[in-house]
Amino acid sequence: MVFDLTEEQRMIQDTAREFARKEVLPKAAELDEKSRFPEELIRQMAELGFMGIAVPEEYGGAGMDNVCYAIAMEEISRACASTAVIMSVNNSLACDPILKFGSEEIKREYLVPMASGKKLGCFGLTEPGAGSDAGSQKTTAVRDGDFYIVNGTKNFITNAPQADTCVLFTMTDKAKAHKGITAFVIDMKWKGVSLGKHEKKMGIRASATSSIIFEEVRVPAKNRLGNDGDGFKVALNTLDGGRIGIAAQAIGIARASFEDALAYSKDRKQFGQAICEFQAIQWMLADIATEIDAARLLTWRAAWMKDRKMRHSKESSMAKLYASETAMRAAVKGVQIHGGYGYISEYPAERHFRDAKITEIYEGTSEIQRLVIAAALLKG
Amino acid sequence: MDFRLTDEQLQVEEMVRGLSRKEFAPRAAEVDEESRYPAKNHRRLAELGLLGMLYPATFGGSEAGPVSYAIALREVAGGCASTGVGMAVTNMTGEAIFRFGTDSQRGRYLPMLSAGRGAGAFALTEPGAGSDAGGLSTFAREDADGYVLDGSKVFITNGANASVTIVMALTQKAPRQISAFLVEPGTPGFSIGKSEHKMGIRGSDTVSLSFEECRVPKSSMLGAPGEGLKIALSALDGGRIGIASQAIGIARSALSTATEYAKDRRQFGQAIGEFQAIQWKLADAATELDAAQMLVFRAAFLKEKGLPYSKEASMAKLFATEAGNRVCHTALQVLGGYGYVREYPVERHLRDIRVTTIYEGTSEIQRLVISRALCG
Repeated sequence: MVFDLTEEQRMIQDTAREFARKEVLPKAAELDEKSRFPEELIRQMAELGFMGIAVPEEYGGAGMDNVCYAIAMEEISRACASTAVIMSVNNSLACDPILKFGSEEIKREYLVPMASGKKLGCFGLTEPGAGSDAGSQKTTAVRDGDFYIVNGTKNFITNAPQADTCVLFTMTDKAKAHKGITAFVIDMKWKGVSLGKHEKKMGIRASATSSIIFEEVRVPAKNRLGNDGDGFKVALNTLDGGRIGIAAQAIGIARASFEDALAYSKDRKQFGQAICEFQAIQWMLADIATEIDAARLLTWRAAWMKDRKMRHSKESSMAKLYASETAMRAAVKGVQIHGGYGYISEYPAERHFRDAKITEIYEGTSEIQRLVIAAALLKG
Repeated sequence: MDFRLTDEQLQVEEMVRGLSRKEFAPRAAEVDEESRYPAKNHRRLAELGLLGMLYPATFGGSEAGPVSYAIALREVAGGCASTGVGMAVTNMTGEAIFRFGTDSQRGRYLPMLSAGRGAGAFALTEPGAGSDAGGLSTFAREDADGYVLDGSKVFITNGANASVTIVMALTQKAPRQISAFLVEPGTPGFSIGKSEHKMGIRGSDTVSLSFEECRVPKSSMLGAPGEGLKIALSALDGGRIGIASQAIGIARSALSTATEYAKDRRQFGQAIGEFQAIQWKLADAATELDAAQMLVFRAAFLKEKGLPYSKEASMAKLFATEAGNRVCHTALQVLGGYGYVREYPVERHLRDIRVTTIYEGTSEIQRLVISRALCG
């Protein structure tokens, strides 16, 4: 049991923290206000190797471990949750499945530019009728010689408007239900791929979310990830990793709520003293700080297990469940400690609140995490 | 970052788990029912080197270290929480003597404690000094031959079975100066008072102590004059890792009973574990216990490395004991009526764990420690 960070982990923590403080934080309010995609930040993050942190260098990544990834995600999220989710989707949901399930040719063609941050990825799993029940895919892929013909609609796809590449899930054999799902790597410029409705969201507003429509899209068979019917496995395996990223994002948001509230409570005077002198406020701060530390340890444990190629579904779900609900509790308390100032946009507390909420929903709602955890407990 | 236990820690886990399941758990209901001090369990702990885990073999200890200690205590408490708290306080007393004692004090008491010849006790709390421990009023008057203690202590765990008790007393009233003394049973003027009837951990003896013209030699002072509060706070930092582990052990047992029950118990035509209402409870409980365990291991790791760990120990204790209480409540609810009857151990787990948010610093005191560290 060793809780020290490695030298590499400390380095990326310093780098990410410094970058987040200097470059990201000053822009976060404006990005949110204007729902503006932070193109320049993504470019800078690519230069730092943040778009493919755990991808080996030979495939364009930074060649670091998943604990490094969680650390960097937390730091970027501390400054701007929107910027962080763009990074997370590229790392966990686009690069990781191609690294794990793609052929060498596909890795060269699609992974290298994404991991190096020259191109951006998205993950097409959710459909209007397939949210938590991801197995009920309606998008179809029908074999046609060396191609598949894809038809269908995906919605709520993070990064879709800017993405060059999509890891897409389709139904190739309806009779087999979730065992008939197949995953492909799609070039977003292909004929028949178009963007649908651009969502307006409560939070993470600088991250773009839209639907993607596929009409008679011809996908080369070589772009398949794994075999026919492997798609559900690809999706679940990918999400096990993605949940580590979202857990880390949630911790970053929780920290933002906490650190801002702590600073405010030291400054704000009422009844003749700084409000942090009151136990009412101290209790909230102590509880948030404790929960954040607990959430981070759960998250690093899951990342550490992933690095060792241990099965980590339950641990990823625990990390994501606990961290996201901690972020929400921290955000509620953060607003409360600010009082009226927490409710107005002059202070970032209300943005943290809006940003925190999504972490309990995407990449598996809290309810889905509890299903995963309970299944693991009751199986034994 | 490495979440693996070492081979030695794994061995401790396996050994103590076996001992606890085979010998402690089967007797736990009886120990509780009869409010009987588990002397035999205490001896077994000694035989396996579990009563002196935090000091070296020179003094009879096993020096297994804080992480192994946390694991061992968790496993013992999982079988019998009363045995667990006796072990916790004995280890804490021994560690304080090792850290602050003279060689002659170490040589006299440590081999005795690790061999299980009596337990160790730690007498800080008084009727008027609970969370406000610094407000104690037991007084130690110095004269040419030593010190004369006057005052009373309450809620002292192991008090009736201790071969040595660390007693905190004022040695100066203005400015207030607290010092620590090592007091042995049988010292004239030292008497053991009423034994408390408690909600849980009923096998653990909890007594009041009274000191009336109790004369102790100068050589019985632990540390220097005025170091008493420092010794107490340092012992409690370590003690909190122990109580946090105790809570995790109790709660894990409750959760394990609830999980097995959920698989077996059928209602509405299926195992109740098939209902999301039950699944949700189990998932939340397991997640919180894992989080608690991580916080405890982190604090123990920092302690093992000789780094500051006071805030982290408070976080571990606060989180583990509060989560543990929630988990035991949940577990009882999963068992329904069967959770409320003594045929199952869960009602005992709930009674046992209730004290963990109170002793060795209430949750409120933990939050004070944490927020002071945060607010600077």
